[in-house]
Amino acid sequence: MGQTKYETGKRETFHELVWEVANKALKDAGITVKEIDNVVSISSDFWDGRTISSMAISDTSGAYDKDISTVEGDGTFGVLYGMMRILSGSFGTTMVVAHHKGSESDMAGITNTCFDPLVERKLGLDAVTSSALQARRYMTVSGGTEEQFAMVSVKNHGNAMRNPFAQLPMDITVEDVMASEMMSSPLKKLDCSPVSDGAAAVVLAAERNAKKLTTNKKRVWLNGVGHYTDAYRLGDRDLADTRALKKAAKKAYEMAGVTLDDIDVAEIYDAFSYMEPLWLEGLGFCEDGQGPEQIERGKFTFDSELPVNPSGGRLSANPVQVAGLAGMIECVLQCRGEAGRRQVRGAEIALAHGINGMCGQSHCVWVLGK
Amino acid sequence: MGKRVGIVGVGQTHHAAHRLDASGVELIAEAVTRCLDDAQITLEDVDAIVIGNMDHFENINYVDMWATDGLGSCMKPVFKVTTGGTTGTTVGGAAYYSAASGMFDVVMGVGWEKNSESDTQAAIATCAHPVLERDPFAGAIGPLATEYSMYMKAYGATEEDAAIVAARDRNNALNNPYAHNRMAVTVEDVMNSPMLSYPVKFLDMCPRSDGACAVIFAVEEKAKKICDKPAWIHASVVRHDYTHFGDLEWQWMPTLERATLQAYKYAGITNPVKEFDVAELYQPCATTGVKWLDSMWFCERGQGPKLIRSGATHMDGIIPINPSGGVVATNPIGATALIRVAEAAWQIMGRAGDRQIPNVKKALATGFGGCSWSDVFVLGADLP
Repeated sequence: MGQTKYETGKRETFHELVWEVANKALKDAGITVKEIDNVVSISSDFWDGRTISSMAISDTSGAYDKDISTVEGDGTFGVLYGMMRILSGSFGTTMVVAHHKGSESDMAGITNTCFDPLVERKLGLDAVTSSALQARRYMTVSGGTEEQFAMVSVKNHGNAMRNPFAQLPMDITVEDVMASEMMSSPLKKLDCSPVSDGAAAVVLAAERNAKKLTTNKKRVWLNGVGHYTDAYRLGDRDLADTRALKKAAKKAYEMAGVTLDDIDVAEIYDAFSYMEPLWLEGLGFCEDGQGPEQIERGKFTFDSELPVNPSGGRLSANPVQVAGLAGMIECVLQCRGEAGRRQVRGAEIALAHGINGMCGQSHCVWVLGK
Repeated sequence: MGKRVGIVGVGQTHHAAHRLDASGVELIAEAVTRCLDDAQITLEDVDAIVIGNMDHFENINYVDMWATDGLGSCMKPVFKVTTGGTTGTTVGGAAYYSAASGMFDVVMGVGWEKNSESDTQAAIATCAHPVLERDPFAGAIGPLATEYSMYMKAYGATEEDAAIVAARDRNNALNNPYAHNRMAVTVEDVMNSPMLSYPVKFLDMCPRSDGACAVIFAVEEKAKKICDKPAWIHASVVRHDYTHFGDLEWQWMPTLERATLQAYKYAGITNPVKEFDVAELYQPCATTGVKWLDSMWFCERGQGPKLIRSGATHMDGIIPINPSGGVVATNPIGATALIRVAEAAWQIMGRAGDRQIPNVKKALATGFGGCSWSDVFVLGADLP
């Protein structure tokens, strides 16, 4: 696997970012591009401002004369397709690569186009305002407070201090979050993930190929996955109900043959602070409605039984298409024992999570490890 | 190893220039409903869904999320793939691999486009590099005109050769109730139609259509239960070329050569013209119906015109191409390549109505997309 440092205003183009991470991933796997027999790229015509956005990175992803396909959505879904291509028996070694340049995009305009063009779009809904509605609903249902959400931001920005790839390592307090600029009530600036640029790549190999690779890196196995979608219109959902995530998690756990107690570390899709406790409920790590309180009790800090987002999470760097893949890479580093100062001791089984659509309409849950 | 997979149901909309009666989601629902009816199963039997289209045409971001009501994907697994013109075959491939992986037993692939809500050429133009290539290669017609001019010069192909293909496909479309343009035209009509970009004329070129297509793939055990005559997937292959148009080979299609070669190898095809009973090919312009034949190993390089003039590719020929009317008759872009797979499957299943070729055992379907992306499916009546 390979990833760039996540930052805003990168000067590299899309294909230069992909070149960097594809080469890092090949080097990490100890192979050359010749041994890659297919490529799954992850890109979005909207975020890239370019039709057939994957065309722009095909050369540098090593796709020339190869079987390439493109998933549009979070990187976790790209890994899902990459894995299914291998399981089909048609391929042995897959490059999965995602890129994103938030600094060249217009977040509000692009996420506004996720909404129904006739009614909801006209209301000005975008990722921030719709998430504010979800945060408000979650507060109503769980009794959670803005201060409790702020604690997620404090924790994750603090975790980022130990991650050299993170964009926003920050030593902040709940008061700092509460005092930051109001974006859309109840979400303040420090409750929201930043605009980020970056790329990430992983090399997947069928068991028969993985065992042959000469690299001395520890292999981290994809043991379980589940992905499910909820209803489209926000009004058709209870935004504090995580039923799609619950189903995805159940499937991933069953496939991996693990229980919650087996999981040593988790990378959760915290595009906004309130999302971390909400998704932790859906994943089963706390009872419904108990998320904010468990955050306050410090249940998911770096020193706890289950460190959540040791990388600093999406709050500390959110290259949208890449975000879930970056979380998976963090899980790989943790399971290999290569996470440096943020290493979770004895981490053997990790959980990664990605979302698609607004307010977590669709979820992809991964269990990785030994 | 992976599982064997067959197509057990196909559905498509009645394609048209302006489907004012239906929104994008309703077009999708029309195709999905017809597909489920064709397979004689219900949504509950579908384990996972893959969807694709081209974002900039309708300006809908996260189409896989927006389409939930039309797809019937609420509380189901779904993800989106997109690769430009090849999107339909990319969807077919993703649905096929989803089933072949053993992760899901029954998977539905859906491609759609509502071009009447788009500025298609403007949207396509943004696939080219913004500084280097967007001006000369804006839209779809320019590159197609360029490559056929070169082929004409190199091999003596003519404008009439393309017109024969245009007339063939357009007349075939008369037998297809789902086709967008259904008109009886002669080679003279094509030659007399307005010049778009030399040598491509109006009736050579595909339209922009509103429409959707859905195809259900099932693993062997399920497929045999659902369908008495599934169309089995014998090969699914993609080849891609360089990023820049200027780096491409224009006199023939290396990606199509390599993709078909690999697919024929998987499927055990040594003489494609003889062994295939029918072909549904993504030929966005009648010129490509001449030029790309050699790249599919149907003839020696440069012999495409001879094959076309012989009538071998007409409905009563040795290898009928595009009984449905093909892409020059119908082109809802994100669905177009999936329609090729769907029509090929129907030919094998014996459900192709007035356009049915008798006793189809092996069928070829292709997809073509931006920057010479080539997708190839080989379908068969017998298990692979």
